[in-house]
Amino acid sequence: MKKLQKADYIKMYSFMLKIRRFEERAAQLYGMGKIGGFCHLYIGQEAVVVGILMTIDKNDSVVTTYRDHGHMIARGLDPKRIMAELTGREDGYSAGKGGSMHMFSKENNFYGGHGIVGAQVPIGTGIAFTHKYNGEKNICRTYIGDGAMNNGQVFEAFNLAALWKLPVLYIIENNKYGMGTSVDRAAAGLDLYKRGEAFGIPGEKVDGMNVFSVIEAADKAGKYVREGNGPYIIEVQTYRYRGHSMSDPAKYRTKEELDNYKQTDPIEIVKAEILKKKIATNDEIEKINKDTLEEIKNAAEFATNSPFPKDSELYTDVYI
Amino acid sequence: MSTEILMPALSPTMTEGNLSKWLIKKGDTVKAGDLIAEIETDKATMEVEAVDEGVVLDLLFKEGEANIPVNKAIAIIGDANEKVEVKKEAPVEKVIEEKKIEKNIETKIETKKDNIIDTPSPKIEEDTNLSSEEITMRQALRDTMAEEMRKDNKVFILGEEVAEYQGAYKVTQGLLQEFGKERVLDTPISEHGFTGLAVGAAFKGLRPILEFMTFNFSMQAIDQIINSAAKTLYMSGGQINCPIVFRGPNGAAAQVAAQHSQDFSSWYSQVPGLKVIAPSTPYNAKGLLRSAISDPNPVIFLENEILYGLKGPVNNDINFSIPIGKANIEKEGKDLTIVTYSIMLQKSKEAALRLKEEYNLDIEIIDLQTLRPLDTETILNSVKKTNRLITVEESWPFGSVGSEIANIVQRDAFDYLDSPVIKVNSADVPMPYALSLEKLYLPQVDDIINAAKKSKLYKINGN
Repeated sequence: MKKLQKADYIKMYSFMLKIRRFEERAAQLYGMGKIGGFCHLYIGQEAVVVGILMTIDKNDSVVTTYRDHGHMIARGLDPKRIMAELTGREDGYSAGKGGSMHMFSKENNFYGGHGIVGAQVPIGTGIAFTHKYNGEKNICRTYIGDGAMNNGQVFEAFNLAALWKLPVLYIIENNKYGMGTSVDRAAAGLDLYKRGEAFGIPGEKVDGMNVFSVIEAADKAGKYVREGNGPYIIEVQTYRYRGHSMSDPAKYRTKEELDNYKQTDPIEIVKAEILKKKIATNDEIEKINKDTLEEIKNAAEFATNSPFPKDSELYTDVYI
Repeated sequence: MSTEILMPALSPTMTEGNLSKWLIKKGDTVKAGDLIAEIETDKATMEVEAVDEGVVLDLLFKEGEANIPVNKAIAIIGDANEKVEVKKEAPVEKVIEEKKIEKNIETKIETKKDNIIDTPSPKIEEDTNLSSEEITMRQALRDTMAEEMRKDNKVFILGEEVAEYQGAYKVTQGLLQEFGKERVLDTPISEHGFTGLAVGAAFKGLRPILEFMTFNFSMQAIDQIINSAAKTLYMSGGQINCPIVFRGPNGAAAQVAAQHSQDFSSWYSQVPGLKVIAPSTPYNAKGLLRSAISDPNPVIFLENEILYGLKGPVNNDINFSIPIGKANIEKEGKDLTIVTYSIMLQKSKEAALRLKEEYNLDIEIIDLQTLRPLDTETILNSVKKTNRLITVEESWPFGSVGSEIANIVQRDAFDYLDSPVIKVNSADVPMPYALSLEKLYLPQVDDIINAAKKSKLYKINGN
């Protein structure tokens, strides 16, 4: 496994916290009517994307679902501009034309942000195809929700990726519910990571509440894919604390279930490890907390003060 | 400094809520992420979390209070020693913003010109570089792909049976031998998957040519074509374009019945972000396919199986191209305009010959070549000259390309029309199998002649 430095622990903690604070602030802005439409929060799942981030090369590509705010933050993108996209302003990553579900940053190899369940899977496979076609050593990390694992195009993509030995790492974020339908009511066979077996794609199940487990699996899988062995599937067991989207009260699950997961909060796990290993003191952690809160507050401020897109923007970017 | 906690909007449509339960009390210290209240909306009861930190200085509503407007302060948090000031009314900012937006929007333009192209479509009769040899449409398409693949190694082709089999209709004959299996890829029969893959490759900078064995199978993949290929440039604020050509035969072949005989021209032409091309001859197939492959946008290139064997001269210059968005005036005339495209050009030409012989009518024929962006200028100029218009196409009648042309002409050339625009389309039914019924279904030369007669005989207040 990748040897973690002291700075890595701080980086992980900071990023996970930044995602959490960002999402809470997004929920508040949504409540104030500053963010419209659909808004899917990542609270509870932070260890997944941050764990993967720890093993990533900046020239690797990433493509994900509509639950993408945390993914962008983990990619090192500016929370100000992410929030400004959520508020639909001209400083947003998509200039206010994409919104929460459709955000991109080509210069950072971040290819969305896709609103159609499953659509990002063939797309990520195609990005991996390009890495191989160009003779690059990079891989494409393609995130998949558990809901998409019952979607036909996902298996078409698996087949193509295995057939052509494409450098794609599929990461299933299994947060137990596709909107309000639990995995056991949607999937025949609960081991989603085994669904590549028929194509010869190796798979593995990982505890997604624990960032250290995610790093270990991602490191191993990333190496396998980068060495030209074809695709690999990691199923990360995680949990979203919030509903599917802002308007979902999540009545399809019990309070006990939620509380149970909160006992293994991913951020608390890292914090405990930092204190145990004496990497930072309580005061130093408190400072990170304060700075993060401040950074996100500023992001919200920026996002609500950025101008709306100009009317003339309605007709731009349809063609180039 | 104290911070107000406002009644949150918990769905895109919520305007007020009921405070069903407080989970904090005055004097409590709250941290970001702590649950503070349960709010009942029109749809559900939801828990609300604190975002800011501090001591609860005041709760402004009691449990059970109903119909509290969104964005009204419901609690105050801050430092313990602070004096509390409550604003009378918190502004409902979203409503204000929406009003502001409404005021700023000017009248929407119904159909906007996508691009303005200044270069006219080259005319075959004036082309000094025309080949002495006539080649088939199939060869013209194949040669153009090969020429472009030689120029740019980012261009590759994928689809069912395009490599080993040499193309289901032999359009990709010889490409595997010349370019190898890295650039000419046989796919499994999984349109949704390989279309998404090709779109991803195009996002990342390759220039795929994707062959659908026929466009009927593109319906399996239409989500990737429209939601991914056509919209991502817009959704990414101009960052990610999709230089891809989706090509293959469109429309009826011969007696392959309902599921394999469908015309998709108006379907795809409806979509902003796509360009749609429908060639009619080897000459324009060559020039238009070159433009399609070089274009940075997704292009739907609608071929026709029956036209694959059509022979004609071409311009063999490897840089010869026909601009996207320009119609060709196939034949000039003064009595009536026929606007058509793809295979219906041949039938329209036949009809024009007979109309000349039998009725002494001088027909002008416009071959659209590109359906989106539509060359409205050429159409309008022709109508202003002939004052009569019929459209001829293979698609179903409802919302067809001809429907849009009729709309544009009545809007922009109303005073020039001497008779209503008449559309000639396929029958409004699924394609039947029987030879006799198939013939009835498709527009025939006689249908075009009848439409022209009807247009010519039309009299105001008469029949």
